[in-house]
Amino acid sequence: MKSIFSILKLTAVTFILLAVIYPLAIYAIAQVAPNQGKGETISVKGKVVGYQKIGQKFDKSNYFWGRPSAVDYNAAGSAGSNKGPSNAEYLALVQKRIDTLLLVHPYLKKSDIPADMVTASGSGLDPNVSPQGALIQVKRVAKERKLDEAKVKALVESKINSAVVGPETVNVLELNVAVDSLR
Amino acid sequence: MNTELIGVIGIFILTIILAIPVGKYIAKVFTGNKTLLDPIFNPIEKFIFKISGINPAEEMNWKQHLKALLSINMAWFFLCFFILLFQGSLPLNPDNNPSMTPDLAFNTAISFLVNCDLQHYSGESGVSYLSQMVLMFLQFVSAGVGIAAAAMVFTAMKERTTDKLGNFYNYFVKSCTRILLPLSVIVATALVFSGTPMTFEGKDAITTLQGDHVEVSRGPAAAFIAIKHIGTNGGGFFGANSTHPLENPTYFTNAVELWAQMIVPFAMIFALGFFLNKRKFSYIIFGVMTVGFLLLVIPTISSEINGNPAIAKMGIAQTTGAMEGKEVRFGPAISGFWSIATTVISTGSVNSMHDSAMPISGAMQLLAMMVNAFYGGCGVGYLNFYIFIILAVFISGLMVGRTPEFLGKKIEAREVKIAAFIAILHPLLILAGTALASYFAANDTAMGYWFSGNATGWLNNPGNHGFSEMLYEYTSSAANNGSGFEGLGDNNPFWNITTGIVLLLSRFIPIIGPLAIAGLLAGKKYIPESAGTLKTDTSIFGIMIFAVIAIIAALSFFPALALGPLAEFFTLK
Repeated sequence: MKSIFSILKLTAVTFILLAVIYPLAIYAIAQVAPNQGKGETISVKGKVVGYQKIGQKFDKSNYFWGRPSAVDYNAAGSAGSNKGPSNAEYLALVQKRIDTLLLVHPYLKKSDIPADMVTASGSGLDPNVSPQGALIQVKRVAKERKLDEAKVKALVESKINSAVVGPETVNVLELNVAVDSLR
Repeated sequence: MNTELIGVIGIFILTIILAIPVGKYIAKVFTGNKTLLDPIFNPIEKFIFKISGINPAEEMNWKQHLKALLSINMAWFFLCFFILLFQGSLPLNPDNNPSMTPDLAFNTAISFLVNCDLQHYSGESGVSYLSQMVLMFLQFVSAGVGIAAAAMVFTAMKERTTDKLGNFYNYFVKSCTRILLPLSVIVATALVFSGTPMTFEGKDAITTLQGDHVEVSRGPAAAFIAIKHIGTNGGGFFGANSTHPLENPTYFTNAVELWAQMIVPFAMIFALGFFLNKRKFSYIIFGVMTVGFLLLVIPTISSEINGNPAIAKMGIAQTTGAMEGKEVRFGPAISGFWSIATTVISTGSVNSMHDSAMPISGAMQLLAMMVNAFYGGCGVGYLNFYIFIILAVFISGLMVGRTPEFLGKKIEAREVKIAAFIAILHPLLILAGTALASYFAANDTAMGYWFSGNATGWLNNPGNHGFSEMLYEYTSSAANNGSGFEGLGDNNPFWNITTGIVLLLSRFIPIIGPLAIAGLLAGKKYIPESAGTLKTDTSIFGIMIFAVIAIIAALSFFPALALGPLAEFFTLK
């Protein structure tokens, strides 16, 4: 009997240390972190238009588009498609995405299209595309906005994040915010 | 692409180098030697023991260890089960998430209790912040229990005859306070400064740049994600686990989270060497594990980098490899590496969706969990490996015609029976479970209470891949891993209850077994080493262990792998 109370008391006191004091300590540290640990946001003219790390849906033709998403960029949830590599239904969907991209960008060859633009990300909220994924959209976006193509291309190139290790990325939201302010 | 491979190799080597001092530190914690952190933790632990009325110096035998371990786990189960069952009406629920159904609460409570974290719910909508706190508590203590059990086995392996094997509560509390807590604080701090949220405000509603309204889930994630990796738990805060851009925002956090899940299992092996003063023995063990790990990692990375042959046929560029279920910021190389790290180590967190991985990668992920002894989870990784050591000693002994001895103790019928039972239990649970589920799926049985609709309804993919989904779920449960081929519709009584039972059996029996063997051996007469003694710190013995592992895993699992991922591989060619 004594040992049961010991166990309960040990549980209570370790719970306070590990599940109350520890997260509160991290919460305190977060107060000096970017945006006090609430997630970094991007604002245009003082209005929050999105979270820097969270991808959002772009399907208007004057914007750069992100990757396909299994949750349609609904950030209240998150998921991948979980389709297996040999699933016929899935492969037909990929083919359809390729056809759509070619239809909207008639100037593209098939081999220009990078895999990330026709496959869904793991989280459904991928904020990035590969540099190639952004570059293939330059001509369309420039035409829609009646901008100089070279200028838009230079903007995309300036938005490529390359680190010492790891893949190169382009943050779609940041790119679109920048393209909005381009004259 | 080359920098991606450099990233993989760099993280792996850095973790090994850092694991040696951490291992030395862990050994000091359990021998009771002085460490730098004593001034902080001595008073805290003194307070904890005083409140609970526990004397940490009281020596226990192996049966007392087991009794303490099992009864405290029972208490935690009920605590967690009832909080999940009533979370909807309990405080700290800003998003108004509902209470769990009994079968889901059963599965969730067990799976966090056993360090598996098979999540059949989605973090954003399935649990309240209070439940996340309780689950975080279990992430600490389940890892602490694993390390404490390993510490008892370490103590029993000393060259002497005794039944006094230290105090379970002492090992357990120190594992939590001195090992898991400080490492978690470091990792959580790195995450918070890289953009992972740590806030108690609920969802945020925003209008996007092109004018859509969307809600963004946040929460006290950083603290949770740190212990999820340090404790090799793997239960994500968000549904998409470490693919989620807030859970794992950058390539740097990805490296930190990889380091975090590998550091304690690596360090435990080195700790064994420092603890027993048998450094060479620990290097042999580490070497065997590393060879096994690399044999799984290399084919995985290569098949992910080469991309999906079916998509290549469509004529597009796969310069970035297979991208379905992967994030652009990580790419295929480190995603492939992670998928094997997380399956050998029983973390089960994912930074890419395993269900969409290439067939060879899927086979390697499955094999990693089927072996379940290369590095392994916090503490329990060594316990699983210990079983293979006992079997290897026994077989080597038979080959030379001597009574097998291990570290000066005779291995006799009773120990070998326990070891063999545990070695067989793992394939039995996996294959029996998969057979049952496949039987229903093959007949498309109407499942009634167990599942709404017919059994094939739980599959997200047809054919061989569908079989792999079921095989993966039971393998992940039996390895206490927690990752999944997440397409499987697993939140229903059939999967919640059957995997719950597999989880329980495959956590506690493989802890009871090694503790019993170690306890029995510790009580035996110590025989000093002689010319005829089998040397356990040689590479020949390492090869012997590897052969035992390969035979047990390959022979029992090859048919299942052939039906699932291997068949899919050949259809994709």
